[in-house]
Amino acid sequence: MRAKLVLEDGRGFEGEAFGAELRAPICGEVVFNTGMTGYQEVLTDPSYAGQMVVMTYPLIGNYGIREADAESLRPHVRAFIVADPCDVPSHWSSEGGLADYLAENGIVALAGIDTRALTKHLRTKGTLRGAIGLAEVEDQALADAAEAWQPGNLVAEVTTPEAYTVPGPGPHVVVMDFGAKRNIIRSLVALGCQVTVVPADTGADAILASAPAGIILSNGPGDPELLTGPRTCARKLLESGVPMFGICLGHQLMALALGGRTSKMKFGHHGVNHPVKEIRTGRAFVTTQNHEYAVTDLDPSVAEVTHKNLNDGTVEGLRVLGRSAFSVQFHPEACPGPGDTADLFREFVAQLPVAAR
Amino acid sequence: MHGFLPCIASSPEGGDSFSMPVRQDLQSVMVIGSGPVVIGQAAEFDYAGTQACVALREEGLRVVLINSNPATIMTDGEMADRVYLEPLTVESAAAVIAKERPQGLVATLGGQVGLNLAVALADAGVLDRYGVEILGTQLPAIRKAEDRELFKATMVQISEPVPESKIIHTLAEAGAFAGQIGLPLIVRPAYTLGGSGGGIANTPDDLREIVRRGLRMSPIGQVLLERSLYGWKEIEYEVMRDAGDRCISVCNMENLDPVGVHTGDSIVVAPSQTLNDRDFQRLRAAAFHIVRAIGVQGGCNVQFALDPNSDQYFVIEVNPRVSRSSALASKATGYPIAKVAAKIAVGLGLDEIKNPVTGTTTAFFEPTLDYCVMKIPRWPFDKFSTADRRLGTQMKATGEVMAIDRTFEGALQKAVRSLDLGLDGLAAPEALPDDQLDQAVIKADDRRLLFLAEALRRGRTIPALAQATGVDPWFLRKILNIVEAEREVAAGRIDLFRLKRLGFSDARLGSLSGAGEAAVRRMRVRTGIRPSYKMVDTCAAEFEATTPYFYSAYGGENESAPDQRPCVIVLGSGPIRIGQGIEFDYGSVHAVWALRKAGLRAVIINNNPETVSTDFSTADRLYFEPLTFEDVMNVIDLEQPVGVLCQFGGQTAVNLAVPLHRAGVNVLGTTPEGMDRAEDRGLFEDVLESLHISRPAGGAAASLPEAEVIAERVGFPVLVRPSYVLGGRAMEICYDPDDLRAYVQSAARVTPEHPLLIDHYIPGREVEVDAVSDGGSVLIPGILEHVERAGVHSGDSIAVYPPHSLSAAVKAQIARQTLDLARALGIVGLLNIQFVVDGEEVHVLELNPRSSRTVPFMTKVTGVPMVAAAVRATLRESLEAQGYDCPGGICLPPDPGFVACKMPVFSWAKLHDVDTALGPEMKSTGEVMGIGRTYPEALRKGFLACGLGVPVPATALVAIAERDKSEALPVVRALVQAGLRIVATPGTAESLREAGVAAETLTAAEAMEAVRSGSINLLVNTLTRGRQRDSDGFRLRRAATELGVPVLTSLDTAGALGLALGTAGDDVPPPWALQDYAVPVRT
Repeated sequence: MRAKLVLEDGRGFEGEAFGAELRAPICGEVVFNTGMTGYQEVLTDPSYAGQMVVMTYPLIGNYGIREADAESLRPHVRAFIVADPCDVPSHWSSEGGLADYLAENGIVALAGIDTRALTKHLRTKGTLRGAIGLAEVEDQALADAAEAWQPGNLVAEVTTPEAYTVPGPGPHVVVMDFGAKRNIIRSLVALGCQVTVVPADTGADAILASAPAGIILSNGPGDPELLTGPRTCARKLLESGVPMFGICLGHQLMALALGGRTSKMKFGHHGVNHPVKEIRTGRAFVTTQNHEYAVTDLDPSVAEVTHKNLNDGTVEGLRVLGRSAFSVQFHPEACPGPGDTADLFREFVAQLPVAAR
Repeated sequence: MHGFLPCIASSPEGGDSFSMPVRQDLQSVMVIGSGPVVIGQAAEFDYAGTQACVALREEGLRVVLINSNPATIMTDGEMADRVYLEPLTVESAAAVIAKERPQGLVATLGGQVGLNLAVALADAGVLDRYGVEILGTQLPAIRKAEDRELFKATMVQISEPVPESKIIHTLAEAGAFAGQIGLPLIVRPAYTLGGSGGGIANTPDDLREIVRRGLRMSPIGQVLLERSLYGWKEIEYEVMRDAGDRCISVCNMENLDPVGVHTGDSIVVAPSQTLNDRDFQRLRAAAFHIVRAIGVQGGCNVQFALDPNSDQYFVIEVNPRVSRSSALASKATGYPIAKVAAKIAVGLGLDEIKNPVTGTTTAFFEPTLDYCVMKIPRWPFDKFSTADRRLGTQMKATGEVMAIDRTFEGALQKAVRSLDLGLDGLAAPEALPDDQLDQAVIKADDRRLLFLAEALRRGRTIPALAQATGVDPWFLRKILNIVEAEREVAAGRIDLFRLKRLGFSDARLGSLSGAGEAAVRRMRVRTGIRPSYKMVDTCAAEFEATTPYFYSAYGGENESAPDQRPCVIVLGSGPIRIGQGIEFDYGSVHAVWALRKAGLRAVIINNNPETVSTDFSTADRLYFEPLTFEDVMNVIDLEQPVGVLCQFGGQTAVNLAVPLHRAGVNVLGTTPEGMDRAEDRGLFEDVLESLHISRPAGGAAASLPEAEVIAERVGFPVLVRPSYVLGGRAMEICYDPDDLRAYVQSAARVTPEHPLLIDHYIPGREVEVDAVSDGGSVLIPGILEHVERAGVHSGDSIAVYPPHSLSAAVKAQIARQTLDLARALGIVGLLNIQFVVDGEEVHVLELNPRSSRTVPFMTKVTGVPMVAAAVRATLRESLEAQGYDCPGGICLPPDPGFVACKMPVFSWAKLHDVDTALGPEMKSTGEVMGIGRTYPEALRKGFLACGLGVPVPATALVAIAERDKSEALPVVRALVQAGLRIVATPGTAESLREAGVAAETLTAAEAMEAVRSGSINLLVNTLTRGRQRDSDGFRLRRAATELGVPVLTSLDTAGALGLALGTAGDDVPPPWALQDYAVPVRT
């Protein structure tokens, strides 16, 4: 069925609908991801809640879908936009095809799109909202719908409804789930941690009452400055002196808790090839990133910038002075993307109090 | 700081430092090139070396270059401060080092040859003696990657899996290893060339048989057994690492052909298509792990085998240098690997090197693609019809093509038509019966892709084909998409837009539908279905880039914005193949440069990923496209050039001149009519006649009686050759009607379609001229004289400048005829004429209205910028206006005070079943140059450079055909005088002894044994005539070739070798820098 994406500025891209049936127009923020593999991890990354994801690599679906590659229980993207989806995947571990997976999970997708032209448009204009409707719908109607669309409380949509614990012999780590990717938890469990995942609105007192050896502020969707509750919580947790590690949205919350700011970037960072330099050592790493906001205005007497993006110089990591707390804008848990910085989890666990291990 | 990040703990010897500034202690750096183009080592190293030289000079370094290959851009005087076109031997490199005293040496930019020479220089103590430091990847690291045992030990140490292997000496040992590892196993006998005697053992019986044979064939009775990964996926990563231990992966690539076919002979796609993110990242991490353990500082290629049915992988091979794959990865992504590797070598960190694509960010980033890249090798089996076409672990391709598209199918079909094999799609190469087709699919020769398509066309299922071939079902499904679309077209259902997205050419659609190419094109243009052009920008459009590098895609936005500046399009020469080598890329590059210098916008269309012409910084715009009428016209329609240059891209480009001209395109320079008159035998003869220029009389005969009539008319002796060469049958000289009858009877298949060409044979010297014509005057930088007489293809002959046996009158006559022909044909630009000179008589053999194989060489040795002058001529700037004084219409500078020769280089060892005898079909793949104060000195360097540096004392085996015996005498005497011991086959020995030359007699069997045992250093063998194929001689030549013994089949070459060896003494002639002899000649 012919369908189209119309952006809030009126630019339209027509293609073929696939995945879930497109009954009524759907809206979301349109972002592009530059990874050449890892589409399933992207689909299931809760940080993409509220967003329609455009894959810049044209051939998507080649190796199928399998449960083990999901970063959460279900896809979270609002829609999926590709050039040339693969209908007959090939991989020994594939459990099914992309189109069926999207259909089963109610995700609308568009194929046959000039994703490069769309990406260039987003790069030039900045991230835009868009609406997908059937080809016969008036462009203006879709553009209006896109412009009227507002993301709801995205974190609330994707956080765990209740706390749960993954047992382990090692230190107890609490993960504040703003939309945590599965591999954050897997990485900690692999290091022997006992991991308790708590909902995003859990208070600091409740967390500290569980006597955590360390706390992780997870990744998640949306504008960090809207998350006033978690920001307050993060400040209290920092004051407690419990070692903390923030990832992506968690990094932004840590910065906000320290009195810094975040600002919306033109089109964010979404991909698996973002170069980051560790300032102290001069070493550099290729990282997975997925964010629309960047940390600014950090008070150097409170926190030190530890990492910078080699492309645009944005803050990629910080360390709280006088505390065992640090955070990174990128995703050390990868999935998708390179595991170059996976040892950050080890560094984090290594600094947890010995008694608590 | 608690230091939480140094996560990938410091590597064995790296990771200790970072942010090293460019070293202040370095002023002068030596770069070693890769020498002649041979199979396995082609133009990619000119691309790498050129980039490296530019990169080093950008850092303010003085670059000293040594490379014996004059056809390269990197050996241009502008590329390095000192350019030595000298043999790549320890002695000559040492002499250059002694003269130039470089402080550093980059070993990893000149392919395997460059790497080996650097190691040899170190081993010989030369580097220590002159205090030359190896820059970039260090020797211990090179050894860790190159030495089989050391590599294996390193991998075991870091727990990276390598295929289990064992060296065995008995059948029992083989059985024990098989019991441990299981079958299949690869069996490789030690020290047999090209892996002869080896194989894959699938059953215990196989194993016994192959091991027994292998043990027998190995001269040391030793066999290597290795786990067979046949059928596994072959995956490559191109990785960069700097001295500060920063690593990036530039690109990964997946071979369509599974493990078992050499990666250079595999169809390769980038990025990988059938790997999920876990596979992708696991192998990337392993590649980093490996380059860190080895200690690479620069570029490195890591090859893996990945089980198609599990997570298991093995490391197959590591190349700690730039390579064919790195050139492909550079072109596939836009990331200049060689340039960055050179910067790393002189101490820059990846994060300190500017990203040339964005201009603002750094080289520490990983490209991401938003298109699919396809590479298909170009094999020489169109030239070597007797060669074994089967693909295996020995690479056989001479070149490759690359295509880019937004669909896999599009990239595949574009690549197929880029091969310049007359394929406009996936047409079956021959009509095989079903059972043979099933075999052909499994056998994996150069036509497998086409056979796979045909098998799908005939209803073979994907699972069955995947099972039989190891080709991943994903690739087969994509090929099936093409086949199914073909079926729709044949059935009259034509969704043109969709078909174009699948890469169908107008020509293919025209033949499938029966409408013809022109009709399809008309319909396409009428309905507005035109390609748009997308940019290759390394970053999938995430950042604004200005790379002028484009590919076509149907559907979507065009990014190649109109530019008001007038432009000229240069057509490139496509893949490197025998007869159309790197020399034509040299011409294309210089044409581009000349256009830019003239203030025009230069646009190039080409599809060879190895070359300098497809470096996106060469032209103002690069279109990576097939060189067909359709693909070229699409670019022309967009760019609206003021003209197109067809004369620099070899025959590929020349062949497009007429179709483009008919389509109303302005072909610059020589008109297409002029080109046609030069190339059409009949028309050309008319021109010669009108100018009273002699050409050996001749004709074409469709039968023996016709042949006899023609031979009588032109007069014996006659040179006869089939117009279509089958089975390597040589051109032959027939001295009388009996000879002719014998030849025609053995040559068979003389038909009206494939007539016999008969020319009066003039036993003279072959002479060649490259000239620039402005339509009124000609610039002849010099005249080249060939060592071998007529009968040997000019590309396989040794060419000498200046000529040493031509009188002033003959030279004047040659110049006069060149002028007359250029004027008569209306040549504007380059032309190449072959002459034969008999005494004082000059005859014309042929004229090529284009750039030629010898243009780079002549440019180098004379200093005349021939291509630039030609381009300016095509832009209507006369030679006089360019500053060339042309009295009487001719500018012919005087001969220089030195001698230079251009020598052919062959790839015999790579191609089994090919006769090494020289003949009318060109067989060489590359060339080297020798320059000296005298003719023998130049020859000596040339022979050294092409690997014919016969060490004296040595033994030459001589086997001469009856008719050549008297002529052979002085040649053999020269060899004796040079200190060679002579052994000969009975007839030859007898005639030598009769003439007073001492020669030991060997029977045919003894001769073969002597060759096999390694006691022969040179084989001189001339061909018996009149026989289908002299089998003794053929076997002897092949045996010698497989053992690396030089084989000469022309007495002229042997005489030259005798001259070189005899007068040289022990001293190596001194090295000579281009800057000291190639002084531009302007009068």
